[in-house]
Amino acid sequence: MNEKPEQPKKPKKEKIPRQKMAEQDPRARIQNFDEVPYGFTEDQAKLEASRCLQCKKSKCRDGCPVDIDIPAFLKLIQEGEFIGAARKIKEQNALPAICGRVCPQEEQCEKLCLVGKKDQPVSIGYLERFAADFERNSGKIFLPAKRPPTGKRVAVVGSGPAGLTVAGELIKLGHQVTIFEALHKTGGVLVYGIPEFRLPKAVVQAEVDYLKAQGVEIQTSAVVGQSVTVDELLRDGFDAVFIGTGAGLPMFMNVPGENLNGVYSANEYLTRSNLMKAYLFPQYDTPIIKGKRVAVIGGGNVAMDSARTALRLGADKSMIIYRRSRVEMPARVDEVEHAEEEGVEFHLLTLPLEIKGDERGYVKSMICQKMELGEPDQSGRRRPVPIKGSEYEIAVDTVVVAIGNNPNPLVPKTTPDIQLHKWGGIVADEETGKTSKDAVYAGGDIVTGAATVILAMGAGKKAARAIHKQLTGEDLTPPQPSGGKDNAEE
Amino acid sequence: MGRKVVHKEQLAPNVIRMLVEAPEIAKKHRAGQFIVLRINETGERIPLTVADADVVKGTITLIFQVVGKTTMLLRDVPVGGEILDLVGPLGTPTHVENFGTAACVCGGIGTAPLYPIAKALKQAGNKVISIVGAQKASLLILEEEMQAVSSVLHISTDDGSKGFHGLVTDVLKKILDSGEKVDYIIAIGPLPMMKAVANTTRPYGVRTMVSLNSIMIDGTGMCGGCRVMVDGQRKFTCVDGPEFDGHQVDFDNLGARLKTYREMEERSRKEYEEHLCRLQPAAS
Ligand SMILES: Cc1cc2nc3c(=O)[nH]c(=O)nc-3n(C[C@H](O)[C@H](O)[C@H](O)COP(=O)(O)OP(=O)(O)OC[C@H]3O[C@@H](n4cnc5c(N)ncnc54)[C@H](O)[C@@H]3O)c2cc1C
Ligand code: SF4
Ligand code: FES
Repeated sequence: MNEKPEQPKKPKKEKIPRQKMAEQDPRARIQNFDEVPYGFTEDQAKLEASRCLQCKKSKCRDGCPVDIDIPAFLKLIQEGEFIGAARKIKEQNALPAICGRVCPQEEQCEKLCLVGKKDQPVSIGYLERFAADFERNSGKIFLPAKRPPTGKRVAVVGSGPAGLTVAGELIKLGHQVTIFEALHKTGGVLVYGIPEFRLPKAVVQAEVDYLKAQGVEIQTSAVVGQSVTVDELLRDGFDAVFIGTGAGLPMFMNVPGENLNGVYSANEYLTRSNLMKAYLFPQYDTPIIKGKRVAVIGGGNVAMDSARTALRLGADKSMIIYRRSRVEMPARVDEVEHAEEEGVEFHLLTLPLEIKGDERGYVKSMICQKMELGEPDQSGRRRPVPIKGSEYEIAVDTVVVAIGNNPNPLVPKTTPDIQLHKWGGIVADEETGKTSKDAVYAGGDIVTGAATVILAMGAGKKAARAIHKQLTGEDLTPPQPSGGKDNAEE
Repeated sequence: MGRKVVHKEQLAPNVIRMLVEAPEIAKKHRAGQFIVLRINETGERIPLTVADADVVKGTITLIFQVVGKTTMLLRDVPVGGEILDLVGPLGTPTHVENFGTAACVCGGIGTAPLYPIAKALKQAGNKVISIVGAQKASLLILEEEMQAVSSVLHISTDDGSKGFHGLVTDVLKKILDSGEKVDYIIAIGPLPMMKAVANTTRPYGVRTMVSLNSIMIDGTGMCGGCRVMVDGQRKFTCVDGPEFDGHQVDFDNLGARLKTYREMEERSRKEYEEHLCRLQPAAS
């Protein structure tokens, strides 16, 4: 801590450099699936928290989609009140151990942090993670006081962050909550998509156990739309239904060769590896192609997760193929850095044109074309345009397509009177999650299209409040349509 | 939420019929639908057609051929034992209506998924002509059941040990050539057989449905692993199928995709067999 006396007006603590979490060495970690960062030590956490200026009008808070009282929890950490800090966060965010690991902080709280104007911003995400981990590891997780039972029953469809949040909020309010999850495991993308090395499954399981301990009932292997429809749930005595089925339908590129053996959607690749533990084959029975030269198409978190999974499955070469440039990549900065440290190659401004196969139908190579950046498009990002004559071939044996997901149509298809967007998502009011169907609410990726964990949670919180209003406003009588239809337009 | 196995029997060498407790699936299930199961914590997820359902007893019938480690593990679940996860019914049910005359063509284990469909077609008022094929007589399954739901039942065996000596497509061609008006055909069996049926019926222009057995994981449209090309369009077998227009399916691509994990599957199977061998002396 070398203070510079010539700048006396600035508080000294500004001079403390942003703390880094210790991490597994890149060469070692690509041999395993263990989490990469170890997390802050207690001293580091206090030191990092002391970098906070405790602004009166804290900007960071505006950047947090769920309005965590950031300065307050940072102050508690600085004072060594780690469990208090965790509880402070939990007033607003039920899943801090998860958000601390996967939120795009550089786009949210940390982007607006005042310290960040001159120096690097306070590591709000790392500290959130620290507090949550500390509380969990202490075993002093407290169950919030539950309101007396209301006798109302709510069905939550999907157990991703949106569904888990709705369940957590409503159970506290005294309602009976049942989660219906299509897969055999609870957690949505948090368990089937995001890999262990980024979000340990034990962290997710702890949150799920916490909900169960509070009385949330969870039915896995229950596909709403097939096993039971939304209308049947309402008929069978649920007073409200929340739909949080996510954006689970993988998109493909529509280039020749996309059905060759060795071409995966990122969903399939990650599901095999994470959910089914194919990386432990043959102890686990699910197979996966352990490619030596893997090309991952896309530039988001899903692409980074796939490329890094490929390395851990034993690839000599793992490549990100992205048609725009580095600055447009939607992935979290931390993940891009981690991927780079681990040796993932970035082929930017590159567009796959065709995948070629051998005589047995396995992937052999990929034809790509170089791009250059042209005028900005509707999203404000500069549109990539192909450079003529720049086609070239790369030898690959596995291709993972990570270019996005559409909403899963199972629930929309079997709920005929629910209003949809043209792209297939469910139309829901932004403030309440109310859909066009009485007593049915929706939130998360099924409403917004593929977005983020924290936005799904935010939507879940709002919907839970609206559901509670619907339920408790009606005294022991079945729910009535509350108010007019306030559908957002597409 | 394990599912209890309540009955198990061998129908033919390596073909097992199993009854599993699943009351809500039994109630919901319609012909053509399937379930996905995972036997134990380290198991893979595989799809199996629901061959029958008993709403009163709350059970579903699974009929499967023992081909790899997972079906061996399933075979080895004792009566009274449990299957860890079982989800369904999945897939789009068969479109059943009174077409007039419907031909139900099946080979080998394909008789199991075809049986409930033939039954439904018969109930809808169709004249059901069934053609059941097998390599040899001892491998024929569900003969009585098929007899009960068919107006006419043809049997064919590759070696001539029962019924017609030849392939199901030979029988089918004869019927089509005989001038009998067939309005609808459904074929379920090994991929080459379904392809052959589709090729046989194409010149006659009779609508021919096939039921595809793609590799699946979730069975809900989430992974895309079960994708097939139908009329140049990508379809997910688990939600858009499993039945598709046989004249439009790219069988060759599906055939190649089914072999994706052949070597790994072989390895799993061998290791499990060796494991069983090691247990054997101690047990007997
Ligand atoms: C690989 C990957 C990495 C990501 N990384 C990040 C990251 O670092 N940071 C970040 O903020 N976001 C990330 N995201 C995005 C984030 O995970 C999602 O925005 C978020 O999970 C959406 O939450 P959700 O609750 O709406 O849906 P999901 O998490 O998708 O959960 C939906 C659940 O519903 C179930 N379901 C679907 N249909 C049915 C049905 N018919 N019946 C019953 N259940 C059903 C599904 O099985 C699933 O479990 C990532 C996504 C992926 C795929
Ligand atoms: S939840 Fe996300 S945005 Fe809010 S403080 Fe935590 S890291 Fe920042
Ligand atoms: S099995 Fe995964 S999409 Fe069909």
